[in-house]
Amino acid sequence: MELFKYIFKRIIQTIPLLIIVSLISFFIIRLSPVDPLAELKLNPSISPETVEKERQRLGLDKPVIIQYGKWAFSFIKGDLGVTSTGEKVSQKLKERIPNTLLLTSIVIFLTWLVGVPLGIIAAVKWKTPIDRILTVLTSIGMAIPSFFFAVLLLLFAVKTGWFPIGGLTSPNFSDLSFGGKFIDIAYHLVLPVFVLFTISLAGLQRQMRANMLDVLDSDYVKFARAKGLPESVVIYKHALRNAVNPMITLLGFEFAGLLSGAALTEYVFQYPGLGRLILEAVLKSDINLVMASLMMGAVMLILGNLIADILLIITDPRIRVKS
Amino acid sequence: MIKDIFKQLWKDKFARIALLVLGVIYIALFLADFIAPYTKDFSDRTMAYVPPSKLFTIDENGKLSKPYTYNYVREFDKNNLEIKYRLDRSKKHYIKFFSKGQPYKFLGLIPMKRHLFTTDRDGRIFLLGTDINGRDVFSRLLFGGRISMTIGFLALFVLFPIGLLFGGISGYIGGRVDSIMMRFAEAIMSIPSFYLLIILASILPSGMTSTQRFMLIVIILALIGWAGFARVVRGMVLSVKNQEYIQAAQSIGASKMRIITKHLLPQTTSFVIVAMTLSVPSYILSESGLSFLGLGIQQPDASWGNMLKEAQEFTNILYRPWLLTPGFLIFVSVLAFNLIGDTIRDILDPKSKVR
Repeated sequence: MELFKYIFKRIIQTIPLLIIVSLISFFIIRLSPVDPLAELKLNPSISPETVEKERQRLGLDKPVIIQYGKWAFSFIKGDLGVTSTGEKVSQKLKERIPNTLLLTSIVIFLTWLVGVPLGIIAAVKWKTPIDRILTVLTSIGMAIPSFFFAVLLLLFAVKTGWFPIGGLTSPNFSDLSFGGKFIDIAYHLVLPVFVLFTISLAGLQRQMRANMLDVLDSDYVKFARAKGLPESVVIYKHALRNAVNPMITLLGFEFAGLLSGAALTEYVFQYPGLGRLILEAVLKSDINLVMASLMMGAVMLILGNLIADILLIITDPRIRVKS
Repeated sequence: MIKDIFKQLWKDKFARIALLVLGVIYIALFLADFIAPYTKDFSDRTMAYVPPSKLFTIDENGKLSKPYTYNYVREFDKNNLEIKYRLDRSKKHYIKFFSKGQPYKFLGLIPMKRHLFTTDRDGRIFLLGTDINGRDVFSRLLFGGRISMTIGFLALFVLFPIGLLFGGISGYIGGRVDSIMMRFAEAIMSIPSFYLLIILASILPSGMTSTQRFMLIVIILALIGWAGFARVVRGMVLSVKNQEYIQAAQSIGASKMRIITKHLLPQTTSFVIVAMTLSVPSYILSESGLSFLGLGIQQPDASWGNMLKEAQEFTNILYRPWLLTPGFLIFVSVLAFNLIGDTIRDILDPKSKVR
């Protein structure tokens, strides 16, 4: 019960955060000198009625505060307006968000799968050549600009023809069977996942190594060793559990970094995700779309942090006691 | 203190190499006008996408000669429908060192004509080939590096005072002020930073001079990073604000601002130094990403990011690999900064084992 109360409190806390985020992003975009309806007006396929409806919806003839109120109210109702090409923004987001979530969750899964063991190995073999090599490799991974790495991999794909060059699906995607579709998407995901994986692995491995080294230094590990427990039990049963807890907090940050890193990678690979959507929207100054995707990015980030916090409460009883 | 850090850095093998690499890069950028054979605005439209010049030191008779090069001639291969570049072996162009070439102003002040190396008037020396406008990639790398390698530092000098003050005030005053200030910082952190970055860059008005644009991009980069930094500073201030020396300062009537700036913030010095060196690379990467998308530094100004913009085309990365050189330079300098930052952390904070 205590647990649910805490989780509930934590969820309530995100509401003011969302309001501040929306205020900040709303005013940043209103700072822009661009007429939010300019693109819409220029598009001949859009009727003047639609433009008028948008003007009414956004309250552009009213003061900024009322504009914000109108925007926020229709946002809560789920009405995000239309893009400059006349499509529904909510429809567009529905297409793109799952793709970005797919990409980032695969990357997070893989980095944890590889990064945590590598961190443990580096910590256990502290100051040996293995540790040194891992440090050098992660330094290299951290230093490659994501877009440059993506361009190089694309070059590799073009030269060898082993991988598809960008996109998420092949042209004949709709004809494929279910299994075929799965394989097709997986095949297209290999390169973008590899770029983001390489870049985010370094941070995770280093953090795990540092946590593990801290824990291995602590008294209870010394005691476990003194008691004569086998080294594997000391490491995997006593040390690991405590070293992993701070990593869960990091999960939220990792997600934030991935959303940002994914934008450039998606752009280079022509991957239909939220990052590329917001980039294209920004380049076309499509205000509705920019606003909505910015908010969705923030919502995803806040939810990511929330999930990380809840996970931490479940795995680390000390936090429950404190609260 | 700075001297001590430097001494210890020099002892570490990796850090020493990194320092040397960065030293060479920064000296080259400082002397860019002199080292570059061409000025920033030089372009030869007939020489678009020319491959790197070939240098010869042994002439056609097999004898040692002064270094010379041949110009490239562009030819259209009708059979394969492609443009080819052939060496025009009819005329040798000797490379001249410390001789007069295009006029420039050294550091924008002293008018000079001497270049480290040039060739004769109708010869062309393109060490790393040319871009779509027939501009020398090698020269532009040097001029672009000036922007790419300083923008991070400038952003830090805007960001750190803001973050320090914000975190200091929030932590010391506490209570409601603290919670409002921290909610605000958290809200900034809740927006994916790259999204915020491109949106801020895109609302910059278009009719700006390149200096104005540069300064505004510095400010935008700073706006992205301060919040996370301020939170850490607040945490550190919280941990020392109840110590006796602070109480002593309060009892002799020091003002709040004085306590924050003179007594609390100096406690964060070693963290600030480490955070600064470790965040320079992320700003270099952000700037290059922004310029790569065309939202950062604009043509005709060069930066490593906007030079890489040409790598967005397949034909360029396939047939003109010399256009990728800025990417390698970004990689090398970011790696060097990271190595130095890691080593400084080990020196200042021996307990931390993150490496």
